[in-house]
Amino acid sequence: MSDEGSFYQRDRSWHPPAFTPQYKTSILRSPQYPLLSLGNTASEMTGPVFGHDEIGPLDNDLIRNFAKTGDPIGQRIIVYGRVLDENARPVPGALLEFWQANAGGRYRHKKETYLAPIDPNFGGCGRTITDGEGRYWFRTIKPGAYPWPNGVNDWRPAHIHFSVFGHAFAQRLITQMYFDGDPMIWQCPIVQTIPDKAAIEQLVAALDRSVTLPMDALAHKFDIVLRGRRSTLFENRMEGN
Amino acid sequence: MVQSLRRLKESPSQTAGPYVHIGATPNWVEITGVWKEDLGLVLVGPETKGERIILKGRVFDGSGIPLKDALVEIWQADSDGLYNSPQEKRGKADPHFTGWGRQPTDGTTGEYRFETIKPGRVPYPDGRLMAPHITFWIVARGINIGLHTRMYFGDEEAANAECPVLARIEHKVRVPTLIASRPEENGMPTYTFDIHLQGEKETVFFDI
Ligand SMILES: [Fe+2]
Repeated sequence: MSDEGSFYQRDRSWHPPAFTPQYKTSILRSPQYPLLSLGNTASEMTGPVFGHDEIGPLDNDLIRNFAKTGDPIGQRIIVYGRVLDENARPVPGALLEFWQANAGGRYRHKKETYLAPIDPNFGGCGRTITDGEGRYWFRTIKPGAYPWPNGVNDWRPAHIHFSVFGHAFAQRLITQMYFDGDPMIWQCPIVQTIPDKAAIEQLVAALDRSVTLPMDALAHKFDIVLRGRRSTLFENRMEGN
Repeated sequence: MVQSLRRLKESPSQTAGPYVHIGATPNWVEITGVWKEDLGLVLVGPETKGERIILKGRVFDGSGIPLKDALVEIWQADSDGLYNSPQEKRGKADPHFTGWGRQPTDGTTGEYRFETIKPGRVPYPDGRLMAPHITFWIVARGINIGLHTRMYFGDEEAANAECPVLARIEHKVRVPTLIASRPEENGMPTYTFDIHLQGEKETVFFDI
């Protein structure tokens, strides 16, 4: 028995569909033809890897990696967790990239027009690579909620965006992390693109007081699950097909 | 009750949003000094083997307007058809070629552009050779889950005709949505691969 098989098929009912009219931008950006189901080939079962040497010492410290005159404004937090696959095995060496708004809900981006101020000490980006047990952690400030043009009064709940590379391009994933206890999660049209409540809850990080740094930072635990590989009990190589 | 299979569910996708560049290409949106160089900008160096090519194109929405806030990633084999990945079991790929690239679409023109090499052929699981191709992954505001597709080469008619993946496309009229034409630009072979998210020319996207 080996774990060299292809990846479990993606459960598309767990993910948001492409066409979600309550999130207006999806209307013109959603393919309408069915996706072509393609069993994995080498092109999907391989993927880029990134070395720990490509990552700088402050890349996972959003409190310090852009600071000019002092620490950014906002509640200091640690986000930590593990990257696992669907077989609950850790994914070591996974590159995680994260980006977020500042404490006032403002992104540092040339197209951002929200009136909340830029924080001169906050860039809003970071990255890290999971260790041998699939663990990661970074330090940042808690992002603020912000309004966005969709309905006339739509707001995003506080969230951190994550981009994840596993070991194969088939595992490539971008998602968002939310914060435990935030009522705005359940009012957000982008969150609601996910049809299943349990799937949404999978994106809500838990406050973890056992990891809190006393007199310094709260901690939130956020595990990420990537696609897992099938076990190949009897090889089926489709010879002669 | 029966025994549980106890598998975890994949984390559900959420849109990359309009500010994906902050995380992926911060220097491109003038967040400088956090890290020196955005990942994935450079695929080839002087020692990379294979024919140099330019890949470019735009990503169109259902109204025919190019996306100016998309992020395009590519993943491809080296000139011998090997992937630079620990998961590659068939041999050792060119160490001077990462095979992975990432570019935002331009904020004014909507164009993405990669300098890379033409990949070799990679076998399908049954051993037949697929035609040379480059895997694309597209994310943007309004795209709820990243879209996978492939670019094939217009000057590879014979290989394309026998590619087992292209043969899987039931509606043959849609095959050309995956094939890039090859005009020369300043003496450099330049492939144009436009991606249509929706509409008459909708690109074939894959569930891989
Ligand atoms: Fe956001």
